[in-house]
Amino acid sequence: MAAPTVIHLEFGGGAELLFNGMKEHHVTLPSQSEPWDMKQLLVWIQQNLLKERPELFVQGDSVRPGILVLINDADWELMGELDYQLQDQDNVVFISTLHGG
Amino acid sequence: MCQVLEDYRNELESTELRSVSKKCVKCKEASAAVVIRAGDAYCRGCFKDYFIHKFRAMLGKNRVIFPGETVLLAVSGGPSSFSMLYQVQEGISQNAHKKLRFIPGIVHIDEGGAVGQPVEERQRTLAELQALFRATGFPFYIIPLEQVLDLPSSVLESALSPSEKPSSTYKAAVDHFIQSNRSSCLTPQDQGQTSIPEVPEANTQILQQLILSAKTLTARQDLLSTLRQHLLVHTARTKGYSKLMLGDNCTRLAVKLLTSISLGRGAHLARDTGFSDSRYGDVISVRPMRDYSAKEIAYYNHLFHVPSVLIPSLDTKMPDKASVQRLTESFIIRLQADFPSTVSTIYRTSEKLQTACRSSSAADHSDRCLLCMCTLDTVVGKASAFQATLISEQLSKNTSSSAKILTQKLAPVEPEPVAPTGQCCSSGGREDCGRVERGGGCCSFANGAEMSDLRSLLCYSCQLTIKDISSVEHLPRYILSEAQRRHRRSQMKEEIGEFLLDDGDEED
Repeated sequence: MAAPTVIHLEFGGGAELLFNGMKEHHVTLPSQSEPWDMKQLLVWIQQNLLKERPELFVQGDSVRPGILVLINDADWELMGELDYQLQDQDNVVFISTLHGG
Repeated sequence: MCQVLEDYRNELESTELRSVSKKCVKCKEASAAVVIRAGDAYCRGCFKDYFIHKFRAMLGKNRVIFPGETVLLAVSGGPSSFSMLYQVQEGISQNAHKKLRFIPGIVHIDEGGAVGQPVEERQRTLAELQALFRATGFPFYIIPLEQVLDLPSSVLESALSPSEKPSSTYKAAVDHFIQSNRSSCLTPQDQGQTSIPEVPEANTQILQQLILSAKTLTARQDLLSTLRQHLLVHTARTKGYSKLMLGDNCTRLAVKLLTSISLGRGAHLARDTGFSDSRYGDVISVRPMRDYSAKEIAYYNHLFHVPSVLIPSLDTKMPDKASVQRLTESFIIRLQADFPSTVSTIYRTSEKLQTACRSSSAADHSDRCLLCMCTLDTVVGKASAFQATLISEQLSKNTSSSAKILTQKLAPVEPEPVAPTGQCCSSGGREDCGRVERGGGCCSFANGAEMSDLRSLLCYSCQLTIKDISSVEHLPRYILSEAQRRHRRSQMKEEIGEFLLDDGDEED
C-alpha cells in the first residue's frame, strides 16, 4: 500500500486529557509497504500524539484495560483487536471508562 | 459444569468462534456492533432495545418509585449519570402505558472548588451542563459544594421515615394513579433555578483547606463523597424530593464494594452498594444504573450521542497507587480484561448482602455514625477484633498514659451505662491521651472539638478517615455542632443512667 492512510481518531471519557484536551484528531499515517494495523497505530499514537503519562493510555502493546476502542462504530473485539488492518478513512475511537479519566 | 472429567476445550473454542462471528445474537440479521459479555454481540438496534429495557426492568422489578413521586437525579456530568438522565427522559416521553410515572428533577453538585479547578474553567463547565440540563426540560439545581459549609446540622439526622410500604400497595398506587391522573399532565411545580449561584471565594478557600487537611488521597476522596452525599440529601429534602437517583454503574459498584472492604466499611456494604438505601429515612437513594457495566454505558453514549461533560476529579491523571479507591479500580479492571466475569461476580455478591437490621429508632441517633449515617459498628463486645485493634494501637503508642488507659480499660468492673459513651471514655484518641487523663475532661468540647470525642461518634471506617485529617477544626460547622449535641446528650444519659430502667432503650 503506497498511499498514506488518512484516519480519524477520537478520544473520550477523559482519555483526551492525555492529548492536550483535544478530542478529535485527523491524522495521516505515513505510507509503508504493509498496511497499518492497530498495534502499529498505538505505537504511532504514543510517539506522535500522546502528550503525557503514557502508562495511563497504553499497557504492554495494547491499550490500558478500561479504555474501550471502537473501530468504525463497532467494538474492536469484533474486528480482531490489535490485528485489525486499518483502511483509509477509518474512524477509531478511544473511550476511557476509568474514574476521573 | 463442574464435573471432574469434563473437557472444557471445545466449549472454550466455541465461545472464541462466537465472539468473532459478526451477526447479532438477538436478531441474527444485522451485523454486530457491540460485545457486551464474552460472546454476546449485539447490533445497534438490539443493543438500544436491550439497554432501554434494562432500565425499565430495574425500576419495575424493585417497585421502589411510586407513581407521581418526585425523584431527584444526581447528575455528576459523567457518562453513567448522563445515561441515567437520558433513560429517564426517554421513559417520560413514552406513550401512556410505557411511560415512567414519576416527576424528575436534576441536581448537580459542582465540586470544582474542592478539586481546585480554575474559576473560568469551572464556569465554562457549568454553563455547558446548564445548557444540557435546560434541554431536558426538567427542573434543575446546580449547587456548589461550598454550600456544604452552611448546611444545618439536621442533615445528619435521619428523619422519621414513612412506614415501609409493602409491595402490595404498589399495584394499588399505580391503579389509583392511572385513574386520577389519566388526563392531567404532570408538570413540576418548581421550575428549578435558572442561574448559576455565585460562590464567595472565601468559602472555596475554606473548602480547599478542608480537603487538603486530609493527608492521603484515600481520605480526601472519602471525605469528598461524604460531603457530596450530605449536600445531595439536603437538596432533596429542601426541594421536596423523596427519592434520590444515583448513577452508580455495575463496574463502579464492584470497585466500591472492594474498596469499602479495604477501608473497613464491611458492615455497611449492603447500604453502600444496594439498589435502594434508606439510611436517611425520608430520602431514599436508588441506583437504577447498577445493572449496566461501564462498557455498556460508554458504548451506548457513543453510539446514540448521549453527551457527557468531563470534569476532572481528585484522582484524574493520578497513578494507580495514589489511593485505595484508585488501586482497587485498576485491580478490578485489569482482572476484568482477562476474566470477563470479574465485575459481574463481585456485583452479584453485593446483591446478596443484607444489613443485619438492628431495631434503631429514628429519634435516637447515638447509634448512627456521624458522617456516613450507618449503624455504628464500633459498639461491640470486649473480645472483638475492633477492641483488639484499639488495644494494639494503644500499645504501639507505648506511652505511660496509654498504658494507664489500657489498664483502666481492662478493668472488668467499669460500669458502662450507654455503650457509645463508654467507648468514648475508654478508647481515648491517640493524640489526646495525655490531656484526657490530666484534665479528666474527656467528654468536654471545651476547646473545640477534640479528635477523640469526634471519633467516638463515628463508625470504624469514618474513624480511619478522620484520623487522616490533620485538624478537625476544618470540618464544616454542621458536623461539629451535631457532634457536640450528640455528645452532650450521651453525657446526660450517662448522668441519669442509674435511674433508667434499661440501657437507653426507653426511647425506642
